[in-house]
Amino acid sequence: MVMKHIKKLYAFLIFFFLYAPIMVLIIFSFNESKSRGSWDGLTLKWYIELFKDRQIMSAMYYTLSVAILSSLIATAIGTAAAIGIDNMKRFKKSMIMNLTYLPVLNPDIVTGIALMLLFIFMRIRLGFLTLLLAHITFNIPYVIISVLPKLKQLNKHIYEAALDLGASPSYALRKVIIPEIMPGIITGFLLAFTLSLDDFVISFFTTGSGVSNLSITIYSMARRGINPKINALSTIMFITVLLLLIIINNRMSKNNTIKE
Amino acid sequence: MTKVFKTTLALLLVASIILAMTGCSEGKPTLKVYNWGDYIDESVLVEFEEEYGIRVIYDTYATNEDMYIKIKAGGSDYDVAFPSDYMIERMIKEDLLHEIDFNNIPNFKYISEEFKNLDYDSSNNYSVPYMWGTVGIIYNTTMVDDTVDSWDILWNEKYANQILMLDSQRDSIGITLKKLGYSLNTRDVNELEAVKDELIKQKPLVLAYVGDDVKDKMISEEAAMAVVWSGDAVYMKWQNPNLEYAIPKEGSNLWFDAMVIPKTSKNKENAELFINFMTSTDIAFKNTDYIGYSTPHVEARKLLDDELINDKTAYPSSEDLANCEVFKDLSDFLTEYDRVWTEVKAR
Repeated sequence: MVMKHIKKLYAFLIFFFLYAPIMVLIIFSFNESKSRGSWDGLTLKWYIELFKDRQIMSAMYYTLSVAILSSLIATAIGTAAAIGIDNMKRFKKSMIMNLTYLPVLNPDIVTGIALMLLFIFMRIRLGFLTLLLAHITFNIPYVIISVLPKLKQLNKHIYEAALDLGASPSYALRKVIIPEIMPGIITGFLLAFTLSLDDFVISFFTTGSGVSNLSITIYSMARRGINPKINALSTIMFITVLLLLIIINNRMSKNNTIKE
Repeated sequence: MTKVFKTTLALLLVASIILAMTGCSEGKPTLKVYNWGDYIDESVLVEFEEEYGIRVIYDTYATNEDMYIKIKAGGSDYDVAFPSDYMIERMIKEDLLHEIDFNNIPNFKYISEEFKNLDYDSSNNYSVPYMWGTVGIIYNTTMVDDTVDSWDILWNEKYANQILMLDSQRDSIGITLKKLGYSLNTRDVNELEAVKDELIKQKPLVLAYVGDDVKDKMISEEAAMAVVWSGDAVYMKWQNPNLEYAIPKEGSNLWFDAMVIPKTSKNKENAELFINFMTSTDIAFKNTDYIGYSTPHVEARKLLDDELINDKTAYPSSEDLANCEVFKDLSDFLTEYDRVWTEVKAR
């Protein structure tokens, strides 16, 4: 009996510490006053001002477009690379895998500065393109790492069976291998998407005039104090992600019941 | 599978369309402005675009050093930036700034004479002041009953654990240098050692070394006094009428943010057009009104609320400023400041 209460309390504490900061942020996005020191009543004005703020809106647009594009491209490249790596001989495979892990372990700041120097050296003007290329670069290893385990689980004979039954290699790839490793691909995509969404260090060094993402914009407000508009924006983003999760969960549980 | 594929394709298409759209607007002349975060009334940018048909691309940074890296490294092409005093000096030294053609900035006449030809740009060829302010002590009149007119009060044991210091090495070391009667820009190691001892002595009394959160802490009366920038002090006093601001008699730091044209600029004339526009009376007034810092613009200042014009916090008298100094670029000697500050913080 006591154990049960302790368990509940433990779970409560974990969720409390995880979500308390977000709750505070959401509550203060409705605060009339700009200061967190005083509560002057409920308001929606920060939400209205948020959509009028050109800078935040453009930062949101760049954040989302870079996140979508870079995670899609990285997923495509990463999946193809993973399939290739999986079919390699042992020595080559471990060598390539080590090379893949390196950018993951490498501190962001090194990657960021290295990419910046590379772009400047190649005389590519820093801007949207360089930001996108940088994000694709740091996303690829994560996709490879999440797709590879699925490939290991995959029964090699399925592919051979498909070929035996007359499928061309590319047809077998599309109809047999890809559907089998789909959960890994989706995990990789989501991972890449989130990483791209909140990257600051690499973006800071690789972006140029006129292009800046949300983390850079929010950070640049540090000297004058974070504007409550940012609270409003974070609230919207949090609720969107929450809704997405609920929808996905719902669909998954529905699918499961149908199968049963 | 096909569903996922289709949505993916649709997203890609949408994204590429948006991309193409951003490409289109390249036809208009553009001006790239690099400013501190939340440091302009953004409607001003729209006004500029409408008046001159130039598209403004606006980016922001958090510290002088962030901005410096971006401009120094190349690869960016900003036309106007807003560095602070010591950073302007450094950028002039490193040949990163264009000389401004002041024939194109007729509105420069509105800038108060006392803010021209300052140390960081002694013949005023490179910069047009944007905002200025001081560093001082904000204190809660209900919690502090001594007169606050000296940095010594921050070392008064009566207020143990009620003092907030800035977590900023130049500012904290600077005010201690001033307390001891030295220059803010000292290059004397012995003076710095004396500062170190003072700061270590003060450390048990300090509640916290804070950054921007000082505003919320003082407004909610979590501490009795704090070292702050004057611009923030105006805002805090407005939020909590018990607060008062003082510039200690030993003198303090006087700071400026000014508009400059980096060498990365590709259309210097448009940059000058923008600087002149920013220095026109109504625009300078709008920005001052939004930001709440002190303007060096004589006419814009007259348009402010009487209350603010007469507020010694935002516009101190010249006697108050008599002992104040502007930060200079310390270049290599800065490592000594780093060391002292690290040693203080590590204690």
